[in-house]
Amino acid sequence: MGEINLLELIQKGAEATLYSMEWNDRRVVVKKRFPKKYRPSMLDDQIRTYRTVHEPQLIHGAKRAGVPTPVIYQVNLKEATIIMEFVPGKQVKEILNKLSEKDRRHVCLQIGKSIGKLHRSGLIHGDLTTSNMILNSEDKIVFVDFGLGEKTDELESRAVDLHLMKRALQSTHFRFAQDCFDTVMDGYADVLGPETARETLQKIEAIEKRGRYVEERET
Amino acid sequence: MDTSSGRHYSLGIESTHDDFSIGVSTYQGEILSNITETYIPAEGGVHPREAAQHHADVADKVLEQSFARSRTRPKDLSIVSFSQGPGLGPCLRTGATVARTLASFLNIQLVGVNHLIAHVEIGKLKTSAEDPVMLYVSGGNTIVAAFDAGRYRVFGETLDVALGNCLDVFAREAGLHQKKGLPFGAVIERLATDGERLIPLPYTVKGMDISLSGLLTAATALLRQRKYSLEDLCYSLQETAFSMVTEVTERALAHTGKKEVLLTGGVAANKRLQRMIEEIAAEHQAEFCVVPSEFAVDNGAMIAWTGVLACTHGAVTPIEKSAVKLKWRLERVEAPWVK
Repeated sequence: MGEINLLELIQKGAEATLYSMEWNDRRVVVKKRFPKKYRPSMLDDQIRTYRTVHEPQLIHGAKRAGVPTPVIYQVNLKEATIIMEFVPGKQVKEILNKLSEKDRRHVCLQIGKSIGKLHRSGLIHGDLTTSNMILNSEDKIVFVDFGLGEKTDELESRAVDLHLMKRALQSTHFRFAQDCFDTVMDGYADVLGPETARETLQKIEAIEKRGRYVEERET
Repeated sequence: MDTSSGRHYSLGIESTHDDFSIGVSTYQGEILSNITETYIPAEGGVHPREAAQHHADVADKVLEQSFARSRTRPKDLSIVSFSQGPGLGPCLRTGATVARTLASFLNIQLVGVNHLIAHVEIGKLKTSAEDPVMLYVSGGNTIVAAFDAGRYRVFGETLDVALGNCLDVFAREAGLHQKKGLPFGAVIERLATDGERLIPLPYTVKGMDISLSGLLTAATALLRQRKYSLEDLCYSLQETAFSMVTEVTERALAHTGKKEVLLTGGVAANKRLQRMIEEIAAEHQAEFCVVPSEFAVDNGAMIAWTGVLACTHGAVTPIEKSAVKLKWRLERVEAPWVK
């Protein structure tokens, strides 16, 4: 069982390579973290193993928190490979710029709610970009790629998570980044309450001020 | 403006940090001169006011040498540009003052240039890169950027300390010394070559951003424990920090699908970092371009050249809008000259 044949390359990312294949009569995604030759093998092994162990745990946790994620079928630590459900649909990155304002807000609100649910359960996604969200056939947004995630309740980590979301919107959906992010935060507030949302926003500002290239206020 | 008398040169002034540099270029991108005076503090880090004082002291000398080296005269200039930001306030103001004075005295165009854009543009000029993912690593900046829809966009950056700064602070803590031509980064690189043992240090990648403060704190703490050799610590610090920037650069490369990687900034001189970036470039069938040292560190030539690009596309800076911008973000600037 689990014979790896007819692998189709889906995406060669930086962190892992994704293939799809038929596996026990199912369409699955095979996520393999190949060794990175540029870094010392000891460091590389640590990073790949750590991420392969933690990703399925976080994906599981997310599901329990009410956030749609792919089903995990198999984890192979030695090969740093995870076999999971293939989620048919479109990356939010591909569709967001094409949606009407109403639909775009609806998608962003859902994203915000999902992030809220993750954070409420002490889960940090770690790489919140619109390419890691898939709009599936049931109109639900499935979160994928938890490889850089962690488990923590810290305000700092939650704020960094959202800061990355904001940055992803600014670099890829710059025309309406602010509106999208505001709507994401509305969804976030729906789940965690306005008080926590406000507190998190303040922390995001503090983090951005710490950065090296923070925009000055135009007066 | 009189262009018939051969006014076809651009002079650029760079003074964002510890370098005061003036470059002269033609409209075709030929660099005629590039002269830099660096402020090296006797001990500790760069104090903005002291650096600015240094810049003011050397400005006329560097200016004079620039005209001599480039074989141009003040009346041959049609553009004077300056680093308008981001950078240290007092240092930026010194360069801006020299630029404004020249522009109004000679009655020529003034162009306020974004320092980060200048690094990309000189990099493109000096390598074959046309539309690269840029990794810019220096004492003040750690940034992964690429062009998209009219502007350069920041894909990743450090959330706290810059890579060069991280190495500098560690070197100072270790009691190392830098000299002219041998900055802290080069001292660490040499020591790291003799390192053998990889000591576990915090590795912090957050999406396309990185955080180096935890790594720096951990490395300096280990330094004080005197448990490990300095060579091993330098090696481990370099390997860990460089792996982090390489990982985020690879992410940007995969994300944008661009076919060139441009490595620039002071830390770009590091051979180990060059090898790492070269490997990920090859992995994604992208061309690896490293900017020659003279133009990878802060320099006036990049400001002069970017001034040409901006000015020929109508982006000039009236004196009343020439106030320096200490934290001027890259994506705030339109780059109409990029196709």
